[in-house]
Amino acid sequence: MGLLSLATFFPLLGMVLILFIPKKNISAIKIVALVTTFLSLVLTSYMWSQYDYSLHGINMESQFQFVEHFSWIATYHIEYFIGVDGLSFPMVWLSSLLSFLAIIASWNIPKAQKGYFSLFLLLATSMMGVFVSLDFFLFYVFWEVMLLPMYFLIGIWGGPRREYAAIKFFLYTLAGSVLMLLAMLAFYFNVTDPVTGGHTFNMLHMFDQNNHIGLLKTFDGRFWLYIALFIGFAIKVPVFPFHTWLPDAHVEAPTAISVILAGILLKMGTYGLIRISYPILPDIARYTSYALAVLGVINILYGAFVAMAQKDLKKLVAYSSVSHMGFVMLGMAVFTEAGINGAVFQMFSHGIITAMLFLLVGVIYDRAHHREIDGFGGLAVSMPVYTGIASLAFFAALGLPGFTGFIAEAMVFIGAFPVYRVLTIIAALGIIITAGYILWMVQRVFLGKLNPKYENIGDINTRELSMLIPLGILTIFFGIYPMPVLNMMKMSLNYLLTLIP
Amino acid sequence: MIQTALFIWLLPLAAFTIQILFGKRLPRKGDWVSITAIGISFVLAISLLIQALTHYDPEFVVTASIPWIDLGSFKINMGIYLDNLAIIMLMVVTTVSFLVHVYSLGYMKGETYYNRFYAYLSLFSFSMLGLILWDNLFGIYIMWELVGICSYLLIGFYFEKDSAANAGKKAFITNRVGDFGFLIGLLIVFTSLGTFNLSEINLGVSQGMLSGGLLTAAGILLFAGAIGKSAQFPLHVWLPDAMEGPTPVSALIHAATMVAAGVYLMARLSFMLSFDAMLVVAYVGGFTALFSATIAITQNDIKRVLAYSTISQLGYMIMAIGVGAYTAGFFHLVTHAMFKAGLFLASGSVIHAVHHSMDKIGEHGDPNDMRNMGGFKSKMPITYLVFLIFSLALSGIPFFSGFLSKDAILGGSLAFALAQHNPIHFLLPVFGFLAAAITAFYMFRLIIMTFYGEPKKPKLFEHIHESPKTMTIPLLTLAFLSLFFVYTIPSINPTTGEGGWFYHLIEKPVSAVSTQLGHAVYQMTEHAEHLAHVSGLMISIVLALAGILLAFAFYFWKKIDVEALTEKIKPLYLLSLNKYYIDEIYNATVIRGLLIWNDFLSWFDGAVIDGLVNSTAWIVRNFSVLDGLFDTYVVDGLVNGVGSAVSAFGKSLRKVQTGQIQNYVLGAVLGTAIIIILTMI
Repeated sequence: MGLLSLATFFPLLGMVLILFIPKKNISAIKIVALVTTFLSLVLTSYMWSQYDYSLHGINMESQFQFVEHFSWIATYHIEYFIGVDGLSFPMVWLSSLLSFLAIIASWNIPKAQKGYFSLFLLLATSMMGVFVSLDFFLFYVFWEVMLLPMYFLIGIWGGPRREYAAIKFFLYTLAGSVLMLLAMLAFYFNVTDPVTGGHTFNMLHMFDQNNHIGLLKTFDGRFWLYIALFIGFAIKVPVFPFHTWLPDAHVEAPTAISVILAGILLKMGTYGLIRISYPILPDIARYTSYALAVLGVINILYGAFVAMAQKDLKKLVAYSSVSHMGFVMLGMAVFTEAGINGAVFQMFSHGIITAMLFLLVGVIYDRAHHREIDGFGGLAVSMPVYTGIASLAFFAALGLPGFTGFIAEAMVFIGAFPVYRVLTIIAALGIIITAGYILWMVQRVFLGKLNPKYENIGDINTRELSMLIPLGILTIFFGIYPMPVLNMMKMSLNYLLTLIP
Repeated sequence: MIQTALFIWLLPLAAFTIQILFGKRLPRKGDWVSITAIGISFVLAISLLIQALTHYDPEFVVTASIPWIDLGSFKINMGIYLDNLAIIMLMVVTTVSFLVHVYSLGYMKGETYYNRFYAYLSLFSFSMLGLILWDNLFGIYIMWELVGICSYLLIGFYFEKDSAANAGKKAFITNRVGDFGFLIGLLIVFTSLGTFNLSEINLGVSQGMLSGGLLTAAGILLFAGAIGKSAQFPLHVWLPDAMEGPTPVSALIHAATMVAAGVYLMARLSFMLSFDAMLVVAYVGGFTALFSATIAITQNDIKRVLAYSTISQLGYMIMAIGVGAYTAGFFHLVTHAMFKAGLFLASGSVIHAVHHSMDKIGEHGDPNDMRNMGGFKSKMPITYLVFLIFSLALSGIPFFSGFLSKDAILGGSLAFALAQHNPIHFLLPVFGFLAAAITAFYMFRLIIMTFYGEPKKPKLFEHIHESPKTMTIPLLTLAFLSLFFVYTIPSINPTTGEGGWFYHLIEKPVSAVSTQLGHAVYQMTEHAEHLAHVSGLMISIVLALAGILLAFAFYFWKKIDVEALTEKIKPLYLLSLNKYYIDEIYNATVIRGLLIWNDFLSWFDGAVIDGLVNSTAWIVRNFSVLDGLFDTYVVDGLVNGVGSAVSAFGKSLRKVQTGQIQNYVLGAVLGTAIIIILTMI
């Protein structure tokens, strides 16, 4: 077993271990979860240190790193084929980091800890699996496996309307999965393996246009397959108008699950589009790019406007995710170096920043047991450290220079402007609206007279700081010096652009 | 030199980092950390200025840069561009910042968040110095946003007061509106020229790679950023509210340095302004100069008078850039930084005294209200003296620095109008001269109300004291820097700065815009400037003196009854007192509209989009119920009729129909998969 498999399956190993620990022994369960996710993080970090920045990945097996390639179900040409490149590795590393931090965030889960942590570890493995898979079937398996723990984690450990939210999330994503399944099978039957001449689930074979036959030779076939796949991925992003599951899921989900949901799951949609849709159907990607850009701009502005109207802090953060994911869509729709690198950097950056935001909402919810923005006021007096960290995170979210979000958004604007001038100008209005909803919220929660109810509210504790400080350092470090991540991304993404007609 | 510049820039950042992390635990809450850092920066800036003076070369420039973002074809380099403009600007910022740091020792003593105040001051100094030093527009934009957030933090320093929290938010968001334009301008420049570097932009524009309407658009959009930052009409609304911040902050950020960043930016970019863009710049500046001067007349809050005065003076500088009086505009930036920072610090000294006196007699009033003051001259002689010097400088009276620079701007605008064949452009000097007269009037109205006459509240007056040395020494320093010869050395001619070191070091850059018309006008203006100088000089002295005399006639000798006059022109008076109702108009239109729009979209999101989702679910669910009934009565009935063996099968089938939609969908997915797998085999 290679390093990448180890990193991916460590959490699953933890889950198996937990199954043998008695339900009562909560601390042992937590420690197993903490250690296995930590080891996974250590492994991915080690892999980063060993990462070869000269390889571009995307469509050549020899250009991928940490590759493991075996036959799995030979009858149907299904393979265990994993590896990473500049597109996936930042996401893999981020997944392992957020999984570890989310375990810390889950430390005080009130009930059924054994079930919670085993499901969480299953979720962690399946997330990593999605980002490392290079076989479409394997990708699909991880993608679907992820749904199950997510459904239960929201449905059992969530807030008052958890069941509604969980079913909504489940059905919505499942609807997307159906379309993805159909598209996957269509690819399977219409791509030949250049070596064996049979069908194949190998993504890299699917990327090679010479292997396409039948349906994939017709424009209509390609177009509708792209649309089917797009809807499957769009629901995850979520692209307007498929976004309404997101606020419900976030509001009901426990803090750690919101962190994973916003930090990692949303990125799977845009990741899937870039990893799978773009290289298999580059011509259709180009053909539909204007629509994607328009949807991106709608996401940016619509998300920001609706965020401003929210009364629930967590909903506001959820809609801010809709808005920020719009930058990813706009950036990837323009096929320029600055645009697509900006898009993927925004995926990475938003993963860090939004994780901070949800953790911060969790901190205040644990103390006040509500999230009404107007129900606070003046918290800066009673919780100065918390206010400091929260200001940092919210300034990062509003795209202040010095943080990663600014670089990502600036790159998207720079990349998009020469291609779609008017759209970019409209999108840039988002910088005003975003400053508006964030500063207004900051004022209502932290500034003004201290609400006497919260005079003795405790400031942020060490456990909470231990999650937020690393994320804060990351967003500042990569906000000042983004090249370590961009060097990785640019090899793959610039190469990918050469494949788009 | 680059190394020195880097030290100047980064020392305050180091101080900020130490302060924000450990400030509370350090002795004296770490104020000495910030002061030491900015003090060293100040000394280093002096050394740079000395070097610039020894070179004595208008063309002097040193640069250095490193790659920052490199994606292959997309590259951004970050570097330092150190010319005389930057060095003098460094000098201005470090001087004012250092003096404000020292002054705050007294003024902010005993504040709850004392350490945080110094931390923010350090962060601001770092950002502002970076803004000056960067050699590219992207870097300038970064620092531009950072000074904005520092301003937000410092305006909202007394965040428990709603008015302070509101003012901070308003400042940042209003600035973002301008930054929206700035950003689009940046994008146009980068798209056309592929670079953010100022020298490369200059080269690209002079080669005609960015020209015509697009160049004009880029110029105006970049100027939009300056409209926000330098509080020009119609985005000026944030600056008066920004006076909610502590007074040293008003002096440093909202008078001397940050608000001048817009002027600095336009000075840096003046080479790429097309003639049309310059006209826009000139008119926005000229109009703002007059417009906000007319508001300053009626304000009773001492800091608000100064705030509107700042807007007005920034308007002068902007107009100067617009009419091509580049050196004059930057000169006014420098002289204004000194005397306006001085005015704010001096007014802070007054407010400080009133505040303490109010505390002593247990009164809760507004310490900024000039209607409670009067007669302070005898109690605060130093404050009075410096206040007078600063006011004379601001009013444009000879022998003070403001006279030299303001007169140069007025001369420049007159020259511009003379050089144009369109008489409408005489509006610009008219704006300027009128504003000059009004400025002298409102400044002496302020001085008379505060320092002359009988005390309005004798009890309060009793406890008024002169401020401590930490506050008066910075004031005296700034007063010294408001004297004319500081800027005219080696010449000692009190009527013009030409011949002095400043004019020698700062020369108008050659325009890169190649249109013949624009260029010709530019040249002519310079020529006309000399002709206009003498007439401008005479008019401005007469107007300034008239303004001062009028102020004395109104408020000191009481020859004219103010009350009766305001009654007579009540509509005009109310218009000025209420700042032309611009805040009210914005609230009723933009802000209200935005909030309604947000609520509408939020409703739309819940009722329409989510409604569609939920009703789809409802339909599917009910359909499955129908299906279940059909199953029970039709299918099952049929089955029962067929036979018991089949009926058992039917019963087992019924169990599958749970009414849970997810099971159905799961079934459908599995079914599809099975069918496909079957066809494969």
